[in-house]
Amino acid sequence: MAQSTHSGSNRIAGIGRLVPAKTVRFTFDGQNLTGLEGDTLASALLANGIHLVGRSFKYHRPRGILSAGSEEPNALVDIERDKSRKQPNVRATVQEIYDGLKAKSQNRWPSLTFDIGAINDVFSPMLPAGFYYKTFMWPKFAWKTIYEPKIRAAAGLGVVPGEPDTDRYSNRFAHCDVLVIGAGAAGLAAALSAASTGLQVILCDEQPEVGGALRYENDVQIDGISGYEWAVAAYAKLREMKNVRVLTRTTAFGYYAQNFVGLVERLSDHLSRPAAEMPRERLWQVRASKVVLATGAIERHMVFANNDRPGIMLASAARLFLNQYGVAVGRKVGVYTANDSAYAAAIDLKRAGIDVPVIVDTRNNPSSAIIDEARSLGIEVLTGHAVYSAGGKRRISSVSIKPNEGGIERKITVDALIMSAGWTPSVHLFSQSRGKVAWDADNERFLPGTYAQNCVSVGACNGTDNLQSALDEAIAAGGGQAGTIVATGGTNWIAGMIGSAPGAGADTTVKAFVDFQNDVTAKDVRLAVREGMHSIEHIKRFTTNGMATDQGKTSNLHGLAIAAEALDKPIPSVGLTTFRAPFTPVTFGAIVNHARHDLFDPTRRTPMHAWHEAQGAPFEDVGQWKRAWYYPQAGEDMHAAVNRECVAVRNQAGIFDASTLGKIEVVGPDSAKFLELLYTNPWEKLGVGRCRYGIMLREDGFIYDDGVVGRLAEDRFHVTTTTGGAPRVMHHMEDYLQTEFPHLNVWLTSTTEQWAVIAVQGPKAREIISPLVEGIDLSNEAMPHMSVREGKICGVPTRLFRMSFTGEAGYEINVPADYGKAVWEAVYEQGKPFGLTPYGTETMHVLRAEKGYIIVGQDTDGTVTPQDAGLTWAIGKNKTDYVGIRGLLRRDLVSDGRKQLVGLKTVDPKIVLEEGAQIVANPNQPVPMTMIGHVTSSYWSENCGRSIALALVIDGTKRLGERLYVPMPNGVIEVEVTGMVFFDEKGERLNG
Amino acid sequence: MLLIKCPYCEEERPELEFRNAGEAHLVRNSSIIEQSDEDFASYLYFRQNPKGLQFERWRHIHGCGRFFNAVRDSVSDKFLTVYKAGEPKPELDALLSANASQEVASVKKRAPRTKKAEL
Repeated sequence: MAQSTHSGSNRIAGIGRLVPAKTVRFTFDGQNLTGLEGDTLASALLANGIHLVGRSFKYHRPRGILSAGSEEPNALVDIERDKSRKQPNVRATVQEIYDGLKAKSQNRWPSLTFDIGAINDVFSPMLPAGFYYKTFMWPKFAWKTIYEPKIRAAAGLGVVPGEPDTDRYSNRFAHCDVLVIGAGAAGLAAALSAASTGLQVILCDEQPEVGGALRYENDVQIDGISGYEWAVAAYAKLREMKNVRVLTRTTAFGYYAQNFVGLVERLSDHLSRPAAEMPRERLWQVRASKVVLATGAIERHMVFANNDRPGIMLASAARLFLNQYGVAVGRKVGVYTANDSAYAAAIDLKRAGIDVPVIVDTRNNPSSAIIDEARSLGIEVLTGHAVYSAGGKRRISSVSIKPNEGGIERKITVDALIMSAGWTPSVHLFSQSRGKVAWDADNERFLPGTYAQNCVSVGACNGTDNLQSALDEAIAAGGGQAGTIVATGGTNWIAGMIGSAPGAGADTTVKAFVDFQNDVTAKDVRLAVREGMHSIEHIKRFTTNGMATDQGKTSNLHGLAIAAEALDKPIPSVGLTTFRAPFTPVTFGAIVNHARHDLFDPTRRTPMHAWHEAQGAPFEDVGQWKRAWYYPQAGEDMHAAVNRECVAVRNQAGIFDASTLGKIEVVGPDSAKFLELLYTNPWEKLGVGRCRYGIMLREDGFIYDDGVVGRLAEDRFHVTTTTGGAPRVMHHMEDYLQTEFPHLNVWLTSTTEQWAVIAVQGPKAREIISPLVEGIDLSNEAMPHMSVREGKICGVPTRLFRMSFTGEAGYEINVPADYGKAVWEAVYEQGKPFGLTPYGTETMHVLRAEKGYIIVGQDTDGTVTPQDAGLTWAIGKNKTDYVGIRGLLRRDLVSDGRKQLVGLKTVDPKIVLEEGAQIVANPNQPVPMTMIGHVTSSYWSENCGRSIALALVIDGTKRLGERLYVPMPNGVIEVEVTGMVFFDEKGERLNG
Repeated sequence: MLLIKCPYCEEERPELEFRNAGEAHLVRNSSIIEQSDEDFASYLYFRQNPKGLQFERWRHIHGCGRFFNAVRDSVSDKFLTVYKAGEPKPELDALLSANASQEVASVKKRAPRTKKAEL
């Protein structure tokens, strides 16, 4: 046996498609190793004789490489480029190596070969399936504090990276006539066929190159050349065609409604030094008229004692490692099978000079040409026999063989065992498309049954077992000319066996693994049935079979068969669990994509934003808006700044950016009628030039929004909403206008961003703005509180509102947004000599609370009626209809015992309550206390010289003067229930 | 992501442009203030939520802004038809046979329960 020395002692010269001279250096757990360009991490490790690559999830058993593809349950590693680009749970069978690749094994401590956690394997009788549901029940508190953290630390897979991902991810939408998923023989044929008719075609495959099983089926001939050469030629041809896009390293991970398929293309995970601007992955969102599924089949393992020992792997994987990568998985390779396909692997290994001491076949009298061929090569074939157990710990050392029915045991020394229980058609995407699978009883497998979308399955995933039939089927699916591709050879994908093998049956207690990744054995599945789980959905959740990151690609059918046997029911009546996206794990990066940092959500800034910034104001996020919070002067903290701003507004004047208020223009002859229906208040009689505070309810009678509405003309209203409420209020209004009151002639326009709003509030407000205003008489008589005028300010058009959210006389100057900053600056300059002080949202909150003005969403929570909020006066008494009128009549909304909004004064005026704090009537009652309300707003009021608060309290308005209590961690705070107005109770300042 | 046809724009647009607005054909009583507690409760709260065909409202919120109605299969997410607000409820049998002639044998008809509001 000739060996190449560079890339591993198990590399066989002259076999495989990699170039011996193109070596690649990488490390595994710090060990320097050499592989070849084109190797996966798995093939490169095997070439170096490394089978042990990880520890299992629960028992910490040594684990090796089971497969050569994305179905891999065992060989999960951590790949680290640098601190921020670190990916746990990467399948070694998928990761391509590059120069400098750093891979680490997972779930072991202190090292892979000596792992403390492996003690779990010894104590495994104490850790049966579902042990955490029943073992750790007492004492109750210990689950959260002791058991769960310990179990979580001991179990698990990789470790999440500690730093934010610095990689880039990109995103594309695509449309095509035909999307072909899978570029094996069937997929390539379907793509060629569809492309030949001129259709727009996208072909994708998760592997770095096309060919699928043709990469290892060296007995296949297509159109007179080897299957692999045909695949390469087909790929080249498709790449040349203008109407075809071929995507390799691209996984179709999700199949959604209306032929919408999510693909993820891996662009740089295989590169040693990807360019800085290169995205790591690209998410493709494809809408296809037709989808062709050519997703192939996945080989199953045999379920027998210690079938998880490193060195035991799928036969097709061993064949791919040999024929593609030139790697022998062992020197003395045993074979354990229940179908013909493993023979091909045995024959290939034997011909490559590897010792194949035995083929153990559970079938009693199988006969086929390939079995004869194996025998003729001198391989011992034991039919009607089973492998009862595998010897060795960190690597298989022997197999113990007995006849199926038991009898004399024979032990054969091996350093690898390849196995095949048969093939499971990959119906994952078909199932995701909401198609219904059908049970093929003859071959014991689920196949595509009823289709829900315009899609078609071809080849092995459709149960089409013969290569020529698969190609014919694929050509038909593509719509091209039949009979154009001729093939011989190929794997027979007929099922084999499912469930536990002889020696791991119901009467045994051996550890025969069904699901490697979640450490589920055949015994666990039977236990679940004994414990009363009868549906596969329950068995799955109890045992966690198929719930790991591989979603049970190799284990689902075995688990189902063992459960069915234990239940003594036919398999279809036990049921198959639903396949869900993603087919293989998808990075968060691909999904989140560009929507990070600044691109996560739009930021809305007012026209005056730069001015606030220049003043050093911190900003508060309100929805998507940035609002100036307060304007600190040198040496001031937030409290000092807010106290100063609050006093200035009441003594001189303040200027506030209210541009974020929602604004809706309501126009049309029926506008007043419409507002009558949308608000609790009456509107018909509101005079032109007057304003009114309106309350909007939902149909259930609870407060939805509030705001001041000004009437500009008989048929025109300027409606304002809360900052956060603007879009939903608009939606709510449109809904009623379009669907309930379509007879009304009204038009709604959102004008939030068209108007900049400058609030000037305080006793000096009029004096400050009057020199700037043209064409409006600002006198109290001509323009009283709650009125609106149109005119000019600083030479630009304005809608000038006389209104107040502070309790002071004041104005809200609306100007077209583009003039906002200029007018703001002009007003500020004008006001400076009068002590005009900019104030932010915090001061706005304090001032309005001093006056008992509510903020919808802070003092109300969607269960508060106008009566609860002390706003009964705002309900039109004579109205017969408005949204919410019937809701307000509901018994529970008018009965006693409702929470009502009241004021609270702490007995110690220095204490400021915490918003959200609970209120009780008796602080000496035992815990849990009966809570009768909570604090909704609470501030220090410099103007009142004490703290103030608003609260929702059961029967609050009947408790005025009562003492209540707010229990806090540091003691109980005593409060007095008061009215909601703390400052200028008579409201005289409004008219100043 | 669904493709939804807006009956006003008369073209299919991606779901991102739309917002679902709940069950269709709930009628707000013209003298709602006189409605009995029971009738009002069924108007306000009780919904069909059928497995199968459902009548629902959508708004083309990032398009023309109009509300419209649709018949969608809640199992397959397939839209059987869309129609403008205020248009009569389409006849399910006619819809189904029209669709069956196209394809989709899998869509099962399930008559919605009688609504309390209509009792």
